[in-house]
Amino acid sequence: MPAPPCASCHAARAALRRPRSGQALCGACFCAAFEAEVLHTVLAGRLLPPGAVVAVGASGGKDSTVLAHVLRELAPRLGVSLRLVAVDEGIGGYRDAALAAVRRQAARWELPLTVVAYADLFGGWTMDAVARSTAGSGRSRACCTFCGVLRRRALEEGARLVGATHIVTGHNADDMAETVLMNFLRGDTGRLARGGGLGSPGEGGALPRCRPLQLASQKEVVLYAHFRRLDYFSEECVYAPEAFRGHARDLLKRLEVVRPSVVLDLVHSAERLALAPAAQPARPRACTCCRALASRPLCQACTLLDGLDRGRPRLAIGKGRRGLDEEAPRAGAQPPPSAALPAF
Amino acid sequence: MAAPLSVEVEFGGGAELLFDGVKKHQVILPGQEEPWDIRNLLVWIKKNLLKERPELFIQGDSVRPGILVLINDADWELLGELDYQLQDQDSVLFISTLHGG
Repeated sequence: MPAPPCASCHAARAALRRPRSGQALCGACFCAAFEAEVLHTVLAGRLLPPGAVVAVGASGGKDSTVLAHVLRELAPRLGVSLRLVAVDEGIGGYRDAALAAVRRQAARWELPLTVVAYADLFGGWTMDAVARSTAGSGRSRACCTFCGVLRRRALEEGARLVGATHIVTGHNADDMAETVLMNFLRGDTGRLARGGGLGSPGEGGALPRCRPLQLASQKEVVLYAHFRRLDYFSEECVYAPEAFRGHARDLLKRLEVVRPSVVLDLVHSAERLALAPAAQPARPRACTCCRALASRPLCQACTLLDGLDRGRPRLAIGKGRRGLDEEAPRAGAQPPPSAALPAF
Repeated sequence: MAAPLSVEVEFGGGAELLFDGVKKHQVILPGQEEPWDIRNLLVWIKKNLLKERPELFIQGDSVRPGILVLINDADWELLGELDYQLQDQDSVLFISTLHGG
């Protein structure tokens, strides 16, 4: 059975069926629609005002590659300028190859690239050192959780270094749906309550963040990269196979076979979910150690680094966090380096 | 009796890691009684090309959910999926969406 004609141009044969609408489009019409939708997401959500200096969190992987490519196409219309910021987590044999991919992209796109390293930002802690420290502690499966907290902080520092006014990340609809599912399965209602929307406006001095690909499914991100012939890095992190996220992803992928719109539907459900007043997160306040915005006396990054320095790595996520507040941070705990970095 | 077919089989998006890191494979599918379709191409790939952890590529008689299949650069969903009958000189591309972001 031959592919049907493209529902948009009626000239070429369709190359894919879109997961949400079921519409069959050719490669060229699909890529144009994809770019128009990202533009619409940014404009309708007022995510990036004209004049914004945008730090793109670049990992060399498919999502940030597609994000940077699309934003580069849209930058003249949006009136924004782009900076690539990559984070070196210190994961031997994995991140080096990914960073090489980011450097190739930066050169091809003629975009400035800045790399910030965990080791420099976090008192010598690399992700490999964190993994060694947590091995056998029952926390070894939580590498991705630790890394996520630290990467968020590192990206913020990198963005400040390059004078950015906004941060964008490549999270797509599948990432969001996985996170919603994980929060449900962990009973983490605080995160469910905070999770909606396309980003955070940047309270408490943090830079505003947004996710322009949040409404694009993983499948469409990958097909966009394919039809635009984008070169990206696709090896899996050595620590990822242990992560809980993998189970959520497998489940969603199996559900998607019988209901292609399941990912977007789940994101929609989470956005519309009304939580009981008791489940609303506390108003964020400043971390007592580094002044970053936190829902507890210590922010997640400081809790984590403090625990690591004491040889007692602790989780600051979900239920693992309960009861942590009674413990005061060690006297003289090193604040993460927001203050130590030159600001320019 | 179907004649032998020459087909390009390609892996990307990280799926190539299950095939010794080799992305493009020009293969000859031998003549057989039944016409070649994607269903029996997958069996052939599992037997002849797949190097490790087959469950990360094949589940049941299909590809693992999250692996995209493009036949001559079109999503197999438009072409009958497992039942698509291969033609000589077809290209079949498997792209994993499951690897890193």
